[in-house]
Amino acid sequence: MDESAPLKILIADDSDSDRLILKTLLKRLGHMVVDAANGHEAVALFQSETPDIVLLDALMPSMDGMEAARHIKKLAGERLVPLIFITSLTEPEDLAGCLEAGGDGFLSKPYNRVMIKAKVNAFNRMRLMHQALSDQRDLMHERNRQLLKEQHIARGVFDNVAHTGCLNAPNIRFHASPLSVFSGDVLFASPRPAGGMLVFAGDFTGHGLPAAIGAMPVAESFYGMAGKGFNGADILREINQKLVRILPKDMFCCGAMVEVDFALNQLNIWNGGLPDMWLMRSPTERYSLPSRHLPLGILGPDQFKADMETVRSRPGDRLLLMTDGVLECSDSEGQLFGEQGVRRAIENAGLSRHPFDALMSEIQRFTGQHKFGDDLTLCCLEMVDEAGQAALPDAVELSTLAGPTQWRCDYELQGSTLGEFNPLPLLLHICMEVPGLRRRSGEVYTLLSELYNNALEHGVLQLPSEWKYTPEGFDRYYSERAKRLSRVDGHYIRFSFHHDLTALGGRLRVVCEDSGEGFDFQNHPVLQATEMAQSGPRYGGRGLALIKRLAKTVQFDKKGSRVDVVYEWFF
Amino acid sequence: MVDKPHLDEEALAELQDVMEDEFETLINTYLSDSRDRIESLKKAISDGDAEALAHTAHSFKGSCINIGAPRLGALCREVEKAGQDGRLSDVQPVLDTIDAEFQRVTDALHTLMAGGAE
Repeated sequence: MDESAPLKILIADDSDSDRLILKTLLKRLGHMVVDAANGHEAVALFQSETPDIVLLDALMPSMDGMEAARHIKKLAGERLVPLIFITSLTEPEDLAGCLEAGGDGFLSKPYNRVMIKAKVNAFNRMRLMHQALSDQRDLMHERNRQLLKEQHIARGVFDNVAHTGCLNAPNIRFHASPLSVFSGDVLFASPRPAGGMLVFAGDFTGHGLPAAIGAMPVAESFYGMAGKGFNGADILREINQKLVRILPKDMFCCGAMVEVDFALNQLNIWNGGLPDMWLMRSPTERYSLPSRHLPLGILGPDQFKADMETVRSRPGDRLLLMTDGVLECSDSEGQLFGEQGVRRAIENAGLSRHPFDALMSEIQRFTGQHKFGDDLTLCCLEMVDEAGQAALPDAVELSTLAGPTQWRCDYELQGSTLGEFNPLPLLLHICMEVPGLRRRSGEVYTLLSELYNNALEHGVLQLPSEWKYTPEGFDRYYSERAKRLSRVDGHYIRFSFHHDLTALGGRLRVVCEDSGEGFDFQNHPVLQATEMAQSGPRYGGRGLALIKRLAKTVQFDKKGSRVDVVYEWFF
Repeated sequence: MVDKPHLDEEALAELQDVMEDEFETLINTYLSDSRDRIESLKKAISDGDAEALAHTAHSFKGSCINIGAPRLGALCREVEKAGQDGRLSDVQPVLDTIDAEFQRVTDALHTLMAGGAE
């Protein structure tokens, strides 16, 4: 704004000669003048002319200057219109009265050209500064409003991508701030196609928009891949690779992945940079599961290790995972809650209290607050009977296209690929092209994964399932598995699919053949028993039993290294 | 007490400078305004309205000082003071002096304008 730009000035004086002098003086200074002979006229002109500055005689008939000043200031509202009293009053009380009525300054009679010019300029500067401040304030309000609106929209988009999945399952308790999108914490859970679930907790460095943007691809990868049957390690590799590519150097994501298998009563866990997880079996028996990896988004794909640690569990066991926000809670003196706080809370939980409640109330007691920081995420999941678990909903929308109905497909994995690649999502994907099968993705996935795992672990790797019966054998089983996977040259697992329509639906025939030595299927208890009354954690047995239950027919040949399964679906 | 000049030559010269062509209008406005004000002063006395008296005298004083008639302004100040103090009985002699002084100022201003027009 130009300080020397002409102003519109309202003057009010009941003395005609004085008004004429003042008007002329102001005009000579280059300003535009509107004049009034009393207070009433002045107020009316103020409304119709919206002048920049007002000069008012303090004493006038028909509403004096004081009263006119009050009206004018009220009409001006937030706008600063400097109001100068023209007066020959000298009593301090009279002058104070002028200021109280809203006056910003005085101009004394007789008029002095130099003084008038200086006063008008000074008050104009004040007016312009006020205007600039108001404009900036309005701009800031508008920006802020815009920002909040954008965050609101972003939040909506984020919620669609990073929904809470199956976090509301009865075996999960969790605390996540509703504002966590912009705090950098994420917590996702998804059922797996063949039962069980995947849980991911993450904590991005930094807050606000960058953290929220980083969380989007993590959510997308997690839910997308989990639903397609990828395992935790596959998803971790994908997330890591994405984050390495998109995040700036100083940003990464501490995270933990938990693969929950209720049927096997087993947890596969991966902790990269989050606080210790706790597996709680009873008030006295608990294990900490510390971070063994760097956070996600740091190492390149060739250095990143997604190996998950397998932990046996029992029904009723509870796994507690949390982000740094829990440890970083502070009390009124700035002391941190820390790992010892967590330990204290779960040690004191005793028999009657759920460890989740125990930890939450201990944090509240410690911080003295019922509402704590945004970046505090806590999740407790309980091992339950699979029957109580909802599988992946079959409500997957059906394609309007009929999809392929008559097709064959052979797929063979060879050599070292057997140790490196999980073919199940791909195989499931092929089968899911058939709408009739898509509604049964859980069953199809279970079938394929049991066939594949049997072929790999018992066929190619020749691991005896008896090992898994004891805790020592369990560890041996998995270390031997890893060892043998590095010596699979010359081996193969071959899947042959054949799908055809029947009168009532369709039929999928899957032949799974491996290069192993097979097994004595003639004398296998499951295959002989007419009832599936299996008891105890007999893994190999469970797999076969499941296949028998799901499939119409199961046939073994080549000494058990070739399985022929027919699965039927109906309209 | 009233020892000020009838006309403030310096102030009038400045006004002439500022007003240019409108100087005459200004003087005529002042003179007719002042006649009204003197009537108002007289009315206030006959009404016994001390406040109106002080008020009018105050405004009249301002105009006089602005136009460059300081002696008349000083007389107005006396009336204003008397009005403020409620001494209406003291005012009549001052008012007579104002009448006379106003006549002098009128004549002087007319002379000034006549001179300026030459």
